[in-house]
Amino acid sequence: MSADDPLRVRGLRKTFGQLVALDDVSLDVERGTTSVLLGPSGSGKSTLLRCLNLLEKPDAGSIDLGEGPIEVGGKLTTARVREIRSRSTMVFQQFNLFPHLTALGNVTLAPRENRGLSRQAAEQRGRELLEKVGLADKADSYPDRLSGGQQQRVAIARALAMDPDFLLFDEPTSALDPELAAEVVAVLSDLAAEHRTLVVVTHSLAFAKQVADRVLFLEDGKILQDGTPAEFFSSEDERLRRFREVISSV
Amino acid sequence: MPRFLELWIESLPRLLTALVEMTIPLSLLSFAIALVIAVVVALARLYAPAPLKALAWMYVQVFRGTPLVVQLFIVYFGLPGVGIELAAFPAAVITLALNTGAYASEAVRASILSIPRGQFEAAQSLNLSRAATFRTVVAPQAMRIVLPPLANDFIDLVKGTSLVFAITLIDVFQVGRQIAAATYEPLIMYTEVALIYLALVSLLSLGQNQLEKKVSAHVR
Repeated sequence: MSADDPLRVRGLRKTFGQLVALDDVSLDVERGTTSVLLGPSGSGKSTLLRCLNLLEKPDAGSIDLGEGPIEVGGKLTTARVREIRSRSTMVFQQFNLFPHLTALGNVTLAPRENRGLSRQAAEQRGRELLEKVGLADKADSYPDRLSGGQQQRVAIARALAMDPDFLLFDEPTSALDPELAAEVVAVLSDLAAEHRTLVVVTHSLAFAKQVADRVLFLEDGKILQDGTPAEFFSSEDERLRRFREVISSV
Repeated sequence: MPRFLELWIESLPRLLTALVEMTIPLSLLSFAIALVIAVVVALARLYAPAPLKALAWMYVQVFRGTPLVVQLFIVYFGLPGVGIELAAFPAAVITLALNTGAYASEAVRASILSIPRGQFEAAQSLNLSRAATFRTVVAPQAMRIVLPPLANDFIDLVKGTSLVFAITLIDVFQVGRQIAAATYEPLIMYTEVALIYLALVSLLSLGQNQLEKKVSAHVR
């Protein structure tokens, strides 16, 4: 595999009963870039993100992580699912930290389980990652004792500990006060500046403007617009204009 | 000294011997087996293929739906009819374990169902295997939730052992009955027996509190 190969998604389709959540979606994600998925609620942007991590099982389509396309529509073996999941890690809107583990415990759990890393090695790396997100002093705190912003930063450190090729963010700041959201955006901006590959579902136009290399606008399960943030913000398309107005007014 | 105190002091050694030799080992052994049954059945009802799921459901229905004393009679007096002859103690252990296992499996199942979906999704996204997810994410959190109902089931089991006199075992209650018959003092004797159960269950409740504190360390 070439480290520069993009993530290639082809013909992704997902329906929930009658509802078509993703309608034949194809896209390439270049490594080292930050892509932002925007769109009205129900447009399929979260579903797209979740399909990349196979938290949602697509009905049809293929994902190519650099080693040839893998059909994800049919029946997948557990090994295949885990292979695809090993390349990306999700950061959730509600953080989903493990409440019975400390911040450090959250960050070290998967590396220890999946790679047989020793406690010492995992904890050393875990502390580095917590420091990276500005929480070195909270290593021994349980999630219950952390603010929402701190919890989300622990979740980001937890995702980074898996060394994924792609970091997926599902509305990472939507559950946070503006002040706490800013902490999280700062961490995301750092990651973008390091040329990690980020795919971010968000409602934050500011984030799209400041951090994204690319903005994809989804509606009704289709990608309606795909371009630079400048293109998105200057587009005269009626639907995009209306979306920008509605979002900025809240 | 009043009559009741005299009788209590006189009979206490025999009752405590029966407690230590029968009631407590019977309870502990049956509950240990019941716990294993409960986890297996709960997992089967949640995750097993349909036929196994149905089987697990039927087991719970049967053992929850029939009286313990009837179950004891079937196992001890009934099964020899089809060539299965069990001594009274193993018959009691098996019946009590199966009975309590049915109730406890529901508590275990509920505790697993109470874990938010996001916890499973986080584990999936971190690429944990199903076994690792269960061991490191689900079980520790379910433990906190399952403890109170499980303690209930254990207490029920301890009290349920008082029925084994019906299949010839000599437990605290049976010794109490014997002394009551010999002394013609049923009120005094059965009150003493009741107080012994109450003391035992109170000890268990204390243990439950300690355990709950231990598994709730992360909750503010």
